[in-house]
Amino acid sequence: MNRGIVFDIRKSCWHDGPGLRTTVFLKGCPLDCAWCHNPEGRSPEPELSIRAERCIGCGACANVCPTGAASDPAGTGCIACGACADVCPAEARRRVGIPMTVAAVMAEIEKDRPFYEETGGGATFSGGEPLASPDFLLAILGTCREQGIRTAVETSLFAPWDVVARTAALADLLLCDLKIVDGGKHRAMTGAHNALILDNLRILARLGAAVRIRTPVVPGMNDADADIEALAAFVGGLGAGWPVELLPYHDSAEAKYRSRGGTYPLAGILPPDLARMENIAARLRAAGIQVTIGGAS
Amino acid sequence: MNERIRRLRDESFSSRPSFSAERATIITEFYREWEGKASVPVLRAMAFRRLCERKSIWIGQGELIVGERGPRPKAVSSYPELTCHSLDDLRVLDTRPMTGYAVSEADLSVYRDVVIPYWTGRSMRERAFAEAPADWKALYEAGLFTEFMEQRAPGHTALDGTIYRKGMLDFKADIARSRASLDWASDPDALRKDDELAAMDVACDGAIVFAERHAALAETMAAGESDPVRAAELRVIAETCRRVPARAPRDFREALQTYWFVHLGTITELNGWDAMSPGRLDLHLRPFYTQDIAEGRLDRESAKELLACFWIKVNNTPAPPKVGVTAAESGTYNDFTNIDLGGLTRDGSDASNEVSYLVLETLDELRLLQPQANLQVSAKTPGRLLEAACRVIRKGAGYPSLFNAEEVIMAQVGMGKELGDAREGGVSGCVETGCFGKEAYLLHGYLNVPKVLELALNDGIDPATGLRVSIPSGDPGRFSSFDELYAAFETQLRHVVGLKIRFSDRLDRMFAQYMPAPFLSVAIADCIGRGKDYYDGGARYNTDYIQFCGLGTTTDSLSALKMHVFEGGRLTMREFLEALASNWKERDALRLLISNKTPKFGNDDDRADALAVRVFGSVAGAIEGHGSPRGGSWRMNVLSTTCHVYFGLRTGATPDGRFARAPESDGASPSQGADRNGPTAVMKSLSKLDHARSGGTLLNQRFLPAALSGEEGIGRLSSLVRTYFRLGGHHVQFNVVDSDTLRDAQRRPEAHRDLLVRVAGYSDYFVDLDGNHQEEIISRTAQTGF
Repeated sequence: MNRGIVFDIRKSCWHDGPGLRTTVFLKGCPLDCAWCHNPEGRSPEPELSIRAERCIGCGACANVCPTGAASDPAGTGCIACGACADVCPAEARRRVGIPMTVAAVMAEIEKDRPFYEETGGGATFSGGEPLASPDFLLAILGTCREQGIRTAVETSLFAPWDVVARTAALADLLLCDLKIVDGGKHRAMTGAHNALILDNLRILARLGAAVRIRTPVVPGMNDADADIEALAAFVGGLGAGWPVELLPYHDSAEAKYRSRGGTYPLAGILPPDLARMENIAARLRAAGIQVTIGGAS
Repeated sequence: MNERIRRLRDESFSSRPSFSAERATIITEFYREWEGKASVPVLRAMAFRRLCERKSIWIGQGELIVGERGPRPKAVSSYPELTCHSLDDLRVLDTRPMTGYAVSEADLSVYRDVVIPYWTGRSMRERAFAEAPADWKALYEAGLFTEFMEQRAPGHTALDGTIYRKGMLDFKADIARSRASLDWASDPDALRKDDELAAMDVACDGAIVFAERHAALAETMAAGESDPVRAAELRVIAETCRRVPARAPRDFREALQTYWFVHLGTITELNGWDAMSPGRLDLHLRPFYTQDIAEGRLDRESAKELLACFWIKVNNTPAPPKVGVTAAESGTYNDFTNIDLGGLTRDGSDASNEVSYLVLETLDELRLLQPQANLQVSAKTPGRLLEAACRVIRKGAGYPSLFNAEEVIMAQVGMGKELGDAREGGVSGCVETGCFGKEAYLLHGYLNVPKVLELALNDGIDPATGLRVSIPSGDPGRFSSFDELYAAFETQLRHVVGLKIRFSDRLDRMFAQYMPAPFLSVAIADCIGRGKDYYDGGARYNTDYIQFCGLGTTTDSLSALKMHVFEGGRLTMREFLEALASNWKERDALRLLISNKTPKFGNDDDRADALAVRVFGSVAGAIEGHGSPRGGSWRMNVLSTTCHVYFGLRTGATPDGRFARAPESDGASPSQGADRNGPTAVMKSLSKLDHARSGGTLLNQRFLPAALSGEEGIGRLSSLVRTYFRLGGHHVQFNVVDSDTLRDAQRRPEAHRDLLVRVAGYSDYFVDLDGNHQEEIISRTAQTGF
């Protein structure tokens, strides 16, 4: 059966597309962005998250661990089976990524249907990179369309055109991350060149797809004047009239990195202040682009 | 807010409530002179008239609406004929740090020398308790339920529009007609009816005298007033009080003064619980406002000023102080006057109008404890009005609360009320559905349902005392299925409810016989026509309610037992019971496992919600079907006010992971912190209950101010409300919380599991954030000035 690895389903989201939405986070992402605020979404495999400060030392995890990894402070040998998370009373151990069928995810999405109807909302698929799970994503988008639930997909567009095309045909809205226009810098920041992303955007623009551009503003990484000018030129040049949402970088993911046993790559970078955000927005508006700061509803 | 209102408001806000023995003294002297010399209803009416004739009259500086229950603002009367405070009670009231009432030495001595000697052994409370059966007392003392009537009269009354169309003289004419049509030859109750009608007639006189004394005082004050502006105001007050409530009001000011005199009359006659409410105030004032504006006699600002003066009057009447157990139950000065806005008219059209907005503005600007207001939201309610209400809500005072007008009407029609009557009804008190001006819907006390489950888990023995307080329902260690456990719960439930109702019915009869309310009866439809008292089935509709407390706690507890004991769980019932008996001592891991790994109510999770539906049905079923001696029927509503805290103190550890003595869940809300999936999931869970089968359910929701910021925030809030009501929800109210709560959430995260905060481009649960971010959000909130 077609299953996706889902690492979170959030209700009452007002910032992932129009109206009130349920956002489904799919695991697995081909990019490696330094500022990623969902690092648990990168690997396509289920993982285990440990928040040591919650541990009450009851030993329940060690009793059920099939490999003995739970007894090892470094977790060596962990196969992320989740047995420990199921018995952990303190929620110090949690499964990140659960295989779910389309029907199971639909059941969650269906729950808030009356709220979508009242607010013009629906379901948003995020990640990770949802286009990295194309079969599952397309199946669920198709089901949503059959069931009359409007959809949005939040994507980097770092995916083959045929996947983008089929997604665009089934989703009501694409929220496309465009981090930086310069291909070299893009590779340095995300591990991949952006030629594919820019090409996908160009074709989508020609086809007149419903798209919102989302650009994270990370001080020192993609907010130089030249970067902003290039962004304005590229988006303006598409001629599609797509709005741009500027998302100020935030460091809330730091705890997530710690709970995954990693260090935070952007430690020390501060969120941009409002004046800086307004300044960037003004430049884009000067190029005739409609801009909002923060996720628009 | 103009200077007059600012001053009156500040005086009302800052003056400390005090106790006044004046009413008790007048009543005692009256009874010493008259007891046994007139029929009971006439005696009560004469006592009321005596109060109206003799109590001190107060007209404060700058006031436009006049009249106080006590001799001065915030001086609270006592009702020794119902409950006689002891000297110890009075000293406690005077000195307790929370919700105290200043008691003077003079009041203490009049109580010692006059009031207490007369009423000892005579008060309703003593008579009621003397007649309380032992099995009732055992449950009452164990904390299974409360009984409102033990120290307050049945009340919970809201008025319809009749008093704005008829003055007391018109009522007297109605009474005379009703007396003239008594069938002395064949109606065995003719004498009783005649006594009751005679009493109502005397009560009308009392209200007229009371107003005329204000007129006389205002005239005297005007004569001595050096400020010509104030002197003119006093003359208008005098003219108003000569007119109403004897005759029907002619304009906006007279309408407000009419209501206030009637309100004062009912709370002078007795101390009904909850106090008294005007019902659909915007609907009642609409014709006066429209006409006065059209004729140029009033402008918007002066209408608001009059409303504010009225508001302050209500705030000047704190709840009468209680004695004994209920002091802990409901420690509040709020006497729950609740004003309904919006809704539908008798013919089903939208009732909202400009006065609705004026009232919202007044509520918002005055920020007082009383009165509070609610909006009845119907499909026809304009978005503009709901949004105006949301703007007030966002400021964080927790009001106005919001109600589903269609559901409120459906619930009433389902009980057999006429559609037009139902549309003119609404909610009073907290969330209680009623047919304003036509129904006596009496609340009889809270029911501690988690404690009922505790009885089922202890075979009818109260683990707090080891005493057998209820019937046996089986050794829980031997239950082999969840259904057996549930059957024991229902056995206890029926027993506890049955005893509660049997004694409440008795109290009901005692009030009808010994403590009728002829003045209140004048204002309630059909009492005059039937020649019967409000407390004796005189109202057009009669209902009795028990208030179900602890839906969330009970549901989650049953869910924990079901999952962890009966459905492949790792626990035996004995282990579970031992952990509960020890209050989770050295069982932290077990308690956390249960807390975190049990499906809980409020998450749109059918595993838990189905149990909530089952419990809701069981409690309703245990209550419904009992007849009431007033000819009505018993029903359930789901609210706790502050009683979930008192009941929590009386209830041991519960299977949901709650510690002994901790508060139970409030109203129909999920347990504190149990709902982890946001407001839509809570609303979905609640919507699975059949709200219209109850007399009202209460849902609390909490938001951070930032989550509701901007015009978008208003739109979001109102769309959540519209959707919840579309799903059949009865009521919702919002707390928009401040930094103090967030600080507390840092100290006690388990109690704030459901607190949503805006992080960046998304919202998250506050307690899931690391310390730095919590600090960041606290500072951000403070910066934005909320």
